[in-house]
Amino acid sequence: MASFLGTQINPKRFHRSQLKFYILLVPIGLFMLMPVLYVVLQAFKPLSELFLFPPRFFVTNPTLENFARLFRTASGTGVPMTRYLFNSIIITVLTIGLTLLITLATGYALSKKRFKAKKTLFKINQTALMFVATAVAIPRYLVVSTLGLTNTFAAHVIPYLAMPVGLFLVKQFIDQVPDELIEAAKIDGANDWHILLKIVGPLVKPALATVAILSFQMIWNSTESSNIYVIDETKKTFAFYMTTLTSASSGPAGVGISAAAGLIMFLPNLLIFIIMQGNVMDTMSHSGIK
Amino acid sequence: MNAKSLKRKEQLSKVMSDSLDHLRRLKTDKNSTILLLAPYVLLFTMFIIIPVVVAITLSFTYFNVIEMPKFAEFYGFYNYIMILTQDEVFLRYVLPNTLKYAIITGPGGYLLSFIMAWMLSQIQATPRKILALALYTPSMLGGVFIGVIFRTIFSGDKSGYINSILLNMGLISTPLDFLQSGDYLMNIMIFVTLWSSMGIGFLSMLAGILNVNKEMYEAAYIDGIKNRLQEIFYITIPSMKPQMLFGAVMAIVGAFNAGGIGVALAGSNPTPQYAGQLIVNHIDDYGFIRYEMGYAAALSVILLAIILLFSRVAYMLFGEKD
Repeated sequence: MASFLGTQINPKRFHRSQLKFYILLVPIGLFMLMPVLYVVLQAFKPLSELFLFPPRFFVTNPTLENFARLFRTASGTGVPMTRYLFNSIIITVLTIGLTLLITLATGYALSKKRFKAKKTLFKINQTALMFVATAVAIPRYLVVSTLGLTNTFAAHVIPYLAMPVGLFLVKQFIDQVPDELIEAAKIDGANDWHILLKIVGPLVKPALATVAILSFQMIWNSTESSNIYVIDETKKTFAFYMTTLTSASSGPAGVGISAAAGLIMFLPNLLIFIIMQGNVMDTMSHSGIK
Repeated sequence: MNAKSLKRKEQLSKVMSDSLDHLRRLKTDKNSTILLLAPYVLLFTMFIIIPVVVAITLSFTYFNVIEMPKFAEFYGFYNYIMILTQDEVFLRYVLPNTLKYAIITGPGGYLLSFIMAWMLSQIQATPRKILALALYTPSMLGGVFIGVIFRTIFSGDKSGYINSILLNMGLISTPLDFLQSGDYLMNIMIFVTLWSSMGIGFLSMLAGILNVNKEMYEAAYIDGIKNRLQEIFYITIPSMKPQMLFGAVMAIVGAFNAGGIGVALAGSNPTPQYAGQLIVNHIDDYGFIRYEMGYAAALSVILLAIILLFSRVAYMLFGEKD
């Protein structure tokens, strides 16, 4: 069947007909990476090259000068940059850990348990997929302050733990786990927490990895909590510190430092995603909204 | 005779204790289910449901943070009436800006994601993974770093990368003030958002396309489908509607979440000549700068309504009718 083209989706080997896609996709891919690469390279440029006219894309004499200066800098109030970085790491680890636990427990209950409000709960969560937190930043602030969380570390963590997309993906994935497996474990005397951590958890690892990535991207890059909920400078995050850096120093010297800070922000994102790309794609196969 | 009745008694008590056991297990199961659900339901209620309810309630009040909220005039609709009739900035800049921005970056970013995902599905696995990573990378950067990148590239003096290219090519004679003049800000915002729009929805659609049953295509060709375009419209999209819907919702949310980008690029709220002012920034302006919380809440409700409207369209297109 010469006219049959359909099996060329996910082809096993190269064929001339794929060439046109490469011709389009490779330049687009490069184009997407160029701005990132440019700023990453800026981070390694010495001052003389940052000032250069016309600016060059590549570095001639790479240096770690910008990083050294970044680590020496402190905010206007005298809080060292490393403090912000430390805060960010603690907050991110805590948030991801708790999010995974809560999401897994709820996803399991929504998928495998029988109770009246099950369908309704899932529908509500599905509607909340389109929740845009920035739209209701003010009422969220009012809730946070009513709970007495303002100016605490918890304000960076607690408001971000309920993640509708995460729950949605995990629940869809747990649906794939056969009920018989759970029944068998119950007969062997396992309780829910045991089933959750020893059986369901390991089986839905790809979904958990995906939730971890999404949660990481949200928390690590977020400035909202530092901007609104927390006043104490020593409790703010690295992403927030970066915004003060870029608004304070707009000259080329500042460009070097903020590029270095940007690289520190970006690298963990990239590494985690590369490590878990396979898991994410697995999860996405079950991501459809029905 | 005695032994027989004893045996029956034993059986009976066993059945009874079994069913009691069963009841007890059901009860512990119910408790356990509640325990499993409680943390999420609690957090969800506090940080998603209550804020929306509070926003709707506050939108009918006058509230300046210091005094108690007062029920607003005109049956509570004062804020809405002011927004829609008196707020010149909103009507002249914010609303048109938001609509323009959302219509181009929402559906536009979505279409782009689908086209890219489809093209990627046509090539082999290894190069596909690498190229998918390249396309996904901008979406993981976060607003702060994106701000740094494009403030560097679109810098308004001659050391800015774009300016120096244009100067070198002789297209301009003096550097253009891309981010501060208001003439270019909106277009740059749209460009940046589209650039970073291939996120989780894009990955979902890519997985969806790759999972379409190949036999469907074979059958369709036998039935007389002739080219790739027909293949997309008659087989690919209908077979991956759930992923199309997920992608659409993510595109809408992404577009509205990225609303802070104008302020990140220009470095000030309000943006120069309100060129990049979106509803999100207008809310911040009234809420956190002027402390007019009732007014800001009414703006929030309008924004939520716009998001809901966009999502309704997505559900109409791709949702399963029931």
